[in-house]
Amino acid sequence: MTEFTVTPPPIPAAGRQSLLRRLLRKPVALVSIGFLAVVAVVAVVGRAVSPHDPYTSSLDLVLAPPGAEHPLGGDSAGRDVLSRLLTGTQISIGAALLALAVALVLGVAGGLLAGYYGGVFDTVSSWLTSLVMALPAIIVLLAARAALGPSIWVSMTIFGVLMSPAFHRLVYASVSAVRHELYVDAARVAGLSDLRIIGRHVLWVVRAPIIIQSAIVMGIAIAVQAGLEFLGIGDLAVPSWGSMLNDGFAQIYSTPILMLWPALVIALTSMALVLVANTARDELERVSPRRGRRRRAAEWSAPQVSEPAAIVHADAGDRPEDVLLHVRDLVVGYDQDDGGIKEVVRGVSLDIRRGEVHGLIGESGSGKTQTAFSVLGLLPAGGRVLAGSIDFGGVELVGASERVHAAVRGRRIAYVPQEPMSNLDPSFTIGSQLVEPMRVVAGLSKKEARARALDLLARVGIPDPQRTFSSYPHQVSGGMAQRALIAGAVSCDPELLIADEATTALDVTVQAEVLDLLRDLQEERGMALLLVTHNFGVVADLCDRVSVMQSGRIVETGPVETIFSAPQHEYTRALHAAILDDSTPRGALSPREVSAP
Amino acid sequence: MTALLDIVDLEVTYPGKGLRARTSPVLHGVSLDIRPGETVGLVGESGSGKSTLGRAVLGLAPVTGGRITYAGRDVSHLRRKDRRELASEIQVVFQDPYTSLNPAMTIDQILSEPLRVRGVNRAEASARVGDLLDRVNLPADAAGRLPREFSGGQRQRIAIARALALDPALIVCDEPVSALDLSTQARVLDLFIEIKQRTGVAYLFISHDLAVVRHVSHRVAVMYRGEIVESGDGDKVTSAPDHPYTQRLLMAAPVPDPVRQRERRVERRRLLDSQAATA
Repeated sequence: MTEFTVTPPPIPAAGRQSLLRRLLRKPVALVSIGFLAVVAVVAVVGRAVSPHDPYTSSLDLVLAPPGAEHPLGGDSAGRDVLSRLLTGTQISIGAALLALAVALVLGVAGGLLAGYYGGVFDTVSSWLTSLVMALPAIIVLLAARAALGPSIWVSMTIFGVLMSPAFHRLVYASVSAVRHELYVDAARVAGLSDLRIIGRHVLWVVRAPIIIQSAIVMGIAIAVQAGLEFLGIGDLAVPSWGSMLNDGFAQIYSTPILMLWPALVIALTSMALVLVANTARDELERVSPRRGRRRRAAEWSAPQVSEPAAIVHADAGDRPEDVLLHVRDLVVGYDQDDGGIKEVVRGVSLDIRRGEVHGLIGESGSGKTQTAFSVLGLLPAGGRVLAGSIDFGGVELVGASERVHAAVRGRRIAYVPQEPMSNLDPSFTIGSQLVEPMRVVAGLSKKEARARALDLLARVGIPDPQRTFSSYPHQVSGGMAQRALIAGAVSCDPELLIADEATTALDVTVQAEVLDLLRDLQEERGMALLLVTHNFGVVADLCDRVSVMQSGRIVETGPVETIFSAPQHEYTRALHAAILDDSTPRGALSPREVSAP
Repeated sequence: MTALLDIVDLEVTYPGKGLRARTSPVLHGVSLDIRPGETVGLVGESGSGKSTLGRAVLGLAPVTGGRITYAGRDVSHLRRKDRRELASEIQVVFQDPYTSLNPAMTIDQILSEPLRVRGVNRAEASARVGDLLDRVNLPADAAGRLPREFSGGQRQRIAIARALALDPALIVCDEPVSALDLSTQARVLDLFIEIKQRTGVAYLFISHDLAVVRHVSHRVAVMYRGEIVESGDGDKVTSAPDHPYTQRLLMAAPVPDPVRQRERRVERRRLLDSQAATA
């Protein structure tokens, strides 16, 4: 037997490149990172390359204009502005890094412990975090200045503590999400220590958000620090961007240019940090528009090579005038980033007669759901019908306006989805979700719709309709939710009901009941049923006719008995061979099989 | 014959949130044993507690009563350190091949990690990885790739290779083929059987699908609402069960044959009516 799953093509190089590499290809990020690199270099060597001593005052230089000897002139105390700027960079960046480091260590460690171990760690740390977040930062810093004296390092350490909740929240949220991933459980079973699991499996996941958050916190730290010094809280003798700003502000009427230099570096550095953070976030979440995604859809041309037609088994009493849904040569494709089109349905032809139960069976990725969605006119974004026609009771649905679709959908074609829970809105009662469409579609009054909904809930076998009617989706079981959705689907007396893996998520005993219900409703109302499934048992239970799909094509179609007793296509045969129901049971453990543990 | 794994009156209760939270046990008094080299199937519907039983054996669920004995040693309340030692004895294959492999690690890193923490050097681990990939029928060049480059069936093979890395004597398989397509499912099951025949490993095989369990298991136990309601020879339990619940379960699974399914539908109706009458 061949394995039908194919190795996906290698991931294009872009997906694998490091974040830094991807960022460097964005002009905004490239310029920002370049600027930050210059600032970083200056922060390291600034003191050494200063042309003059930043602390030495000279009376000649007081408020001196820029000149050859002193390119940026002198400040109010007669010190060289360029030298103070270069040396100040070191102090300002160093102090901001201190704040960042404190925030990182406290926040990341706390978040990891609380997220990974939960329990007491969680309670204590979330209490502490809330406390810290409730403190007004500036007031705490002013109080610290009063108590501990004017030191930029002390105030930045305190500021780091105040900023740590930003990291704590971030790490805590990511870690508690990752904590319950199966690969973390697998790592524990594999005998890894907690430390190694945290380092290797957990921290790895949050590294990118941490880097982005760091850039933002760094920007804030620089701004706050400058603000504090500007207010005169810092030590004004020490050269830093903030103290230079303070000095410049004092001379704003005589030498306004002194304001320019520190303001410029503060603004540019903060901006660059925020821009890098934003671009990195966009790049990770891919929210920025991608290149090549033009609004004009890519051209599609029919392939030249004709592929083998589906094997069609004739059946008795074939009356073409009975055909309700007539799909011909349907091609569905998705626009790709590279401008091409990926075909997921490749020339499907399908007839469903009135009152017929038609099974559409295939493995994942065979295009069965895409075919059903095309009929409903509900293809996900990026997907569209490229060719072919869908004729539903005389109405052409391909290329039809949204009004035509709306007139058909929910009135003449109804739909039952796979996941009952995700198809019910958790914030409304089941009753209101049944009543609303009936009022819109059938124009019933509120009272009539309510009575009809209760009737339908009783009809689909819900024991206490009144209670289910006023329940929220999370208050009922999956089987009950699916029954309620079926009630909603048949409320408008549709001619065709499309059930997309409607029983897959249910337990077998519940599945059997739901299948019974679908059969009874179908017979009672004489509606046609398109049953999309991967389960041969479900097909055997319910269907009159079956179409087998493989990679976007129907390979074989015919009455259910023929498909099961005399399958022609090799794929259908291979699927039959994979069915386990008739396989021989394993039997008892023979002594021969036993080995010493 | 002595049992490899012996579970006696196991009770599991998850701690509730808050101080006075009411909690009801997920498992109440489950007993099950697995002999060396034996495959025991555990069938049940969602919420029956079958996965919790598997997690309790793995030390991932809190044992609040009863006892789990592995090779004569009580392993119900091991400390983390002792539990780590047991990693080379009891391993796991989870249901979802998409979340059970760390998406940021290459296959080589995933497979060599359990070896490396046991002090196997890099070269030797690398050679073992090639051997493991070969045993689950994956090409050797898979080692340098990331999980997302593989299909569901292939990922499940990688998960099996990871479980085999430490040569365990017991593998807990928690719905290992439920997320796979029909044809892939058959091939992965055959791989399980082949590995068992070659290495003599024992399986606790958890599934909701009677046909799957019947295909791989020597013995089968049926769980319903936190209790084992029936257990015994695999063929017997999956084709002629005694307990009313197992009977309902068997009748509810549709047979992939229209003629026989029609008969089964009638049988099921009759069974449900008779059970309702006696109840």
